[in-house]
Amino acid sequence: MGLRPSTIVTSRNCERSVRDSLAERRGAFSVDAGHLYAILLAGLFAIAAGLVGSAALMKRMVLASDVMSHLALPGLGMAFLLKTNPLVGGGATLFLGTLLVWQLQKKTELATDASIGVVFAACLGIGALVTPREDLLEALFGNFQKLPLAGFLLGTAAVILVVAFLFGMKDRLILDLFSPELAAATGVNVEHLDLGFLLMFSLTILVGLRFMGGLLSSALIIIPAATARQLTGKMAQFVVLASAVSLISVAVGFLISTLILKTSTAGPTIVIVSVLLFVMSLLKKR
Amino acid sequence: MAEPLLSVRNLGVTFGNRVVLRQLSFEVHSGDCLAIIGPNGAGKTVLLKALQHLIPSQGEIQWSQEARLGYVPQSVAADRELPLRVKELLAAKARVLHLADQEMDQVSSELSLSPEFLSAGIGTLSGGQFQKVLIAFALLGRPNVLLFDEPTASLDELTEERIYELVHQLQAQRGITLILVSHDLSVVYRYATRVLCLSKAKVCMGAPKEIMTPETLEELYGAPPKYYRHVQEL
Repeated sequence: MGLRPSTIVTSRNCERSVRDSLAERRGAFSVDAGHLYAILLAGLFAIAAGLVGSAALMKRMVLASDVMSHLALPGLGMAFLLKTNPLVGGGATLFLGTLLVWQLQKKTELATDASIGVVFAACLGIGALVTPREDLLEALFGNFQKLPLAGFLLGTAAVILVVAFLFGMKDRLILDLFSPELAAATGVNVEHLDLGFLLMFSLTILVGLRFMGGLLSSALIIIPAATARQLTGKMAQFVVLASAVSLISVAVGFLISTLILKTSTAGPTIVIVSVLLFVMSLLKKR
Repeated sequence: MAEPLLSVRNLGVTFGNRVVLRQLSFEVHSGDCLAIIGPNGAGKTVLLKALQHLIPSQGEIQWSQEARLGYVPQSVAADRELPLRVKELLAAKARVLHLADQEMDQVSSELSLSPEFLSAGIGTLSGGQFQKVLIAFALLGRPNVLLFDEPTASLDELTEERIYELVHQLQAQRGITLILVSHDLSVVYRYATRVLCLSKAKVCMGAPKEIMTPETLEELYGAPPKYYRHVQEL
């Protein structure tokens, strides 16, 4: 009899330990899947960033694009402050900012430059002020954390939309790149096309915002495109190469930050890898 | 008289407080070659753009149903670094307009564009070659009205001559209606069937012989027209 309680206790302990280990395993599994989703989406983001970036480079709107990712910062900060989904906050200010840049684009070039400079500084200031200190690093530089399935599916849908837009509008974009006036004379609604492009640009930034942060997500749109431009003078090659360089930057940067630096903030490493590739492309051309 | 191809009534264009065109009315008929002349800043380019609704304007611009427009602008501030080949540009327009494949070949042969020329990057072209691309671009879609804005402003005389010959040929072959902005009064005198003169002081329209008198031109340009005399000597 004296043994029974202890047996029961033992069996209960055993039950608990089995439950715990199962839970742990489940936990371990879900961590893996979440990370896999995050890595896959990062790859998809890289491809979209290369495509959007090559178009942005040809449209000579690199400065505007850089500012657009910063437009997400005040929203990100507010979301961290209110403990809601950062992407909702970032997306909201990004969308408003997109409309602002679209309006500014219609004005003269000098005014756009000046206004963009002001908007850039304002967003960084407001973003830094409202973001809680412990979340500031993540808001600015991102965090490579696991991603739920819903987030992965939404991100994938966004990337598909961006790629479909760019391929569907390819010819109109080419005419617009050559001459907005001749595009309009051909019957292309240039204003709507520009707005559509800016929205796709913002959507791409939004997908990358999680792991690249508000300060760096536009870097992956701009730098690989600049690298690819050094390597080829043919449009089709340029666009494909920009995506490839972007993908390589994400893969190598992620591996270095995870395996060597052991940090989940992969954004800075990814950007540095992409800059190194750009420098190499300069050497190749000479 | 047949229905006009283009009928303009009380056209006005203002940029902010600046009135560029005021109460302009005229008609263009099929087969016409209308030359628009006038000093710098008279609004010639603005008029061409307004006719295509590329800029906002007041008044009435009525194109006939069958009018298909082709536009050759004065210049295109195209990025020389743009990785775009001539044929890619033309193909993009052809696809946007859902044109048949042979349209591009037709335009290429009409303008004698060689395969090498079509494969050239737009950044590598000379001024005359670039102008040829703009004309090819305008001709895609088989327009029956061509709007030409100083098509030869930046070209040497020989290239200029060739381009006008080409345009004249197209007009003869296709029966294209031309609306032409030009500073070169000898060209206007040679090709135009009607002349529209624009200036702050005066707006007039008529046959070249009526309009291009020394008195009208002096009034228009504010100085004795030396080019005109040169034409008369020819």
